[in-house]
Amino acid sequence: MLGLDRRDLTLFIVVLLLALFAPFLLNPFPADSALAQFNAGYPDLMQRFVIFGIFAIGFNILFGLTGYLSFGHAAFLGVGSYAGVWMMKLLTMNVIPAILISVLFAGLLSLLIGWISLRRSGIYFAILTLAFAQMCYALAYSVLTPITGGETGLQLNLDDPRILGVSQTAEGNIPVPHLFGLEMNQTWDLAMGGWEFTFSAGYYLAAVVMLASFYLAIRLFRSPFGMMLRAVKSNQQRMNYTGLNSRPYTLAAFVISGMYAGLAGGLMVSMDPLAGAERMIWTASGEVVLMTILGGAGTLIGPVLGAGLIKYLENILSKINKGVLEQWFAFMPDGIDSFLVTIVYPFVGKGWHLTLGIIFMLVVIFLPGGLVEGAQRIGRLFRRERKPAAPEDPEHHPKPQPHVGE
Amino acid sequence: MDVIILQILNGLDKGSAYALIALGLTLIFGTLGVVNFAHGALFMLGAFCAVTLNRLLTLSFTTVDETRTDFLGNPAKVETPYVEAWFGPEVGGWMIEWSVPLAILFAIPIMAIIGLVMERGLIKHFYKRPHADQILVTFGLAIVLQEIIKFYYGANPIPTPAPDAFKGSFDFGVLLGFDPLTIMYPYWRLVYFLFAMVVIGAVFAFLQFTTFGMVVRAGMADRETVGLLGINIDRRFTIMFAIAAIVAGLAGVMYTPILSPNYHMGMDFLVLSFVVVVVGGMGSLPGAVLSGFLLGILQSFASMPQVIAVLPGINQIIIYLVAIVILLTRPRGLMGRKGVMEE
Repeated sequence: MLGLDRRDLTLFIVVLLLALFAPFLLNPFPADSALAQFNAGYPDLMQRFVIFGIFAIGFNILFGLTGYLSFGHAAFLGVGSYAGVWMMKLLTMNVIPAILISVLFAGLLSLLIGWISLRRSGIYFAILTLAFAQMCYALAYSVLTPITGGETGLQLNLDDPRILGVSQTAEGNIPVPHLFGLEMNQTWDLAMGGWEFTFSAGYYLAAVVMLASFYLAIRLFRSPFGMMLRAVKSNQQRMNYTGLNSRPYTLAAFVISGMYAGLAGGLMVSMDPLAGAERMIWTASGEVVLMTILGGAGTLIGPVLGAGLIKYLENILSKINKGVLEQWFAFMPDGIDSFLVTIVYPFVGKGWHLTLGIIFMLVVIFLPGGLVEGAQRIGRLFRRERKPAAPEDPEHHPKPQPHVGE
Repeated sequence: MDVIILQILNGLDKGSAYALIALGLTLIFGTLGVVNFAHGALFMLGAFCAVTLNRLLTLSFTTVDETRTDFLGNPAKVETPYVEAWFGPEVGGWMIEWSVPLAILFAIPIMAIIGLVMERGLIKHFYKRPHADQILVTFGLAIVLQEIIKFYYGANPIPTPAPDAFKGSFDFGVLLGFDPLTIMYPYWRLVYFLFAMVVIGAVFAFLQFTTFGMVVRAGMADRETVGLLGINIDRRFTIMFAIAAIVAGLAGVMYTPILSPNYHMGMDFLVLSFVVVVVGGMGSLPGAVLSGFLLGILQSFASMPQVIAVLPGINQIIIYLVAIVILLTRPRGLMGRKGVMEE
C-alpha cells in the first residue's frame, strides 16, 4: 500500500497513530497530580516535537545516507523563517504561501551553499558549511538588519501591507496565522476524569506536514536514488570508478535536506510569526546533529525520536528548579536530601545543557548508532536465546549486510 | 601609512590568539589525527584559571578595626586578603595585582593534567573512529566543559585586570618617527603579542632541537615505522596533546585582560580557529601560525570605517569568505602538505 513494503507500512502507521494520539499519549498524568510537570501534551511543545522532527528527518537524508556532516543546517531553517515572516507581512496570514516560500528560499540557499561546499568532503565540508552558516548569521545580525530585524528579530507589525489579508483586525490587533480561516493557535480542551487533553489546530497541521515528509523520506530511502546516496557513503571512490558522477546525487540530497529545514522554519513561523538570527547560530546546527545522532543516523525513525527526546528533555529538565528538587527528596533524612539536591541541581534547570552534553557524549562513545541501535541490540539479546548464531563461514562467502536504513 | 601600521598592530592580538589556538589544533591533528572540537573549551578553561587564581589570591578574612568607623558610626570592618597577611601587604598586594601573569604558572600544571586526562580518558578511544565521530564527541565534551564553567562562575563575563604597570596605552608611532598620538597601542596587547611569539618559538624549538621533538616529528611523518623501531610513540603523542592543551590554556590566561572571560568565549574562538587551521593547511604548524596572524590582521583591516563604508558588514564575514575562497582554490591551504586529509 502507498508504495511501501510491509515493514515500512507498519512503521508509517505507527508514526501516524503516535502523531494522531499524541495529545493523549503525552499526557499520561492527571492535571493536578505531582507528576503533571512531566506531561508534554501541550500545543507549544508538541509543535516543537514535530517541527524539529521534520528538521532532523531532512538532516538525516544528507548525513544518514551520504555521510556528509553539515554543521550549517540551521542557516536554512533561519532563512526559511525569515522568508515565511516576510510572506505574512506582505501577502497574507494564510500559512500555505508562507510555508511554500520558506521551502523555496531554503532550497535556493542550499543550492548555492551545497554547490560550493560539496566540492570538498569530510572535515573540509563540515567547516565550509559551518563557515557559510556563520556568515549568514553574522549578516543577519548586522548588515541585513533592514530585512532581518537584526538583534530584535523580525516581527509582524500593525502597518504591514498584507495585500490579500488585513493589516489589522477589527479590534486593532495583529491578525493570527491561519489555514483558510482555521487559526493556528485555536485549541479544543477535553477533560476526562482528572486528565485534561488539549487539541491544537497548529499541532495537527504540523503533524500532517511531518507525516507527509516522513512518508517522502521513506520513499526516498527505498528508492534507487537513496541507494546511490548510500553508495556515496560506503565508497565514493569506487562509485566514481564505475563511471558515476556522485556530485549531482549529493547536491540533490543537500538541497532536499535544506528544503526540509526550510519547511521546519516555515512551520515555526506559522505557529509563532517571528524570526530571529539566533535560529541560525552554529550551536543550533549542532543541535540538529545531536538529534539525528541520538536517535540513530541513517535510520528512518531515529531522527524523529531524537528530536522528540531532546525537545522533551529541554522542556522538562529546564523547568525543574531547586524548589522542585527539594520537594522530591523531602522524604529522605535531613542531611541526605540536601546532599542529593546539591548533586542533582547542576544537571537540571538552567544547567540542562550539561545533561544534554553528557548524554550526547555517552551515545557517541557507546552507541554510535543511537537509540535505534540500542533497541536493536536489546532485541538481539532476546532473540539469541531462541536461535543459534549463524555457523562460521570459513570460505568467506559474502554475508548479507543489514541496510543502513533499517 | 600610520593607518596601515595601526591596523596591523590592532590585528596582532587577535591574530596571536588565533595562532596559538590553531597551533594547538594542528599539533593534535598532526600527531593523533584527531579533530578536536573541544580545543576552544581548553582556551576558555585557561582563561578561567586566571579568574580562579585571582579569586584565590583575593580570599580575605574580615577584622574589626576599632580605630576607624564607617559611615554609620559602627567600627569599620576591614577585609584583608590572606596573602597580604601571610607575605606582608607589599608582596601580597603585588601578587594580587600581578595575578594574571602569575596565573601562567598556575595554569601550566592544571592544563597539563586536563590534557592528559582528556587524551587518555576519551580521545584515545577515537583514534580509529571516523572524523565525524571525533568531531561529535569533542563537540559534546566542549558543551559539558562550558556548562560546568557556567554553573560555577555564572553566565556573565568576569573582568580580570592586567597589572597596573601594563594598563593604558603608549605612543608607538613616536618610536617609528610619526607624529605623537597618531599610533596609540595598549601595553597589554603588545605584551600578549610578545608572549605569543615566545610560546610559539618555544614550541617550535622544542620540536626542532630536542630528541623528544625529533621523535614526535618522525611520528607525525610515519607513525608506524617509528613504532616499529621500538619507540612508544603513543605516549609521546599523549604528551604532545598535553602541550597543545597548555598552549591553548596559556593563550586563554593572557587574553583575560583583553576580553573578560565568559563561558562561551571558547566556542566563539573555536570556529574561527578551525577556519584558521584550514586556511593555513591542515597539519602544517607554520601554516597555522602564519594564517592566524594573517587573518587577525585582515579582520582588523576589514573593521576600518573606510572599508565598512564601502562594503558594509565585511568585518563580520571576511574570515569566512577568505576560508571559502582558499578551500575552493587551494584545497590544501596556504602551506598544507600533500596527503593530509585527502581520503
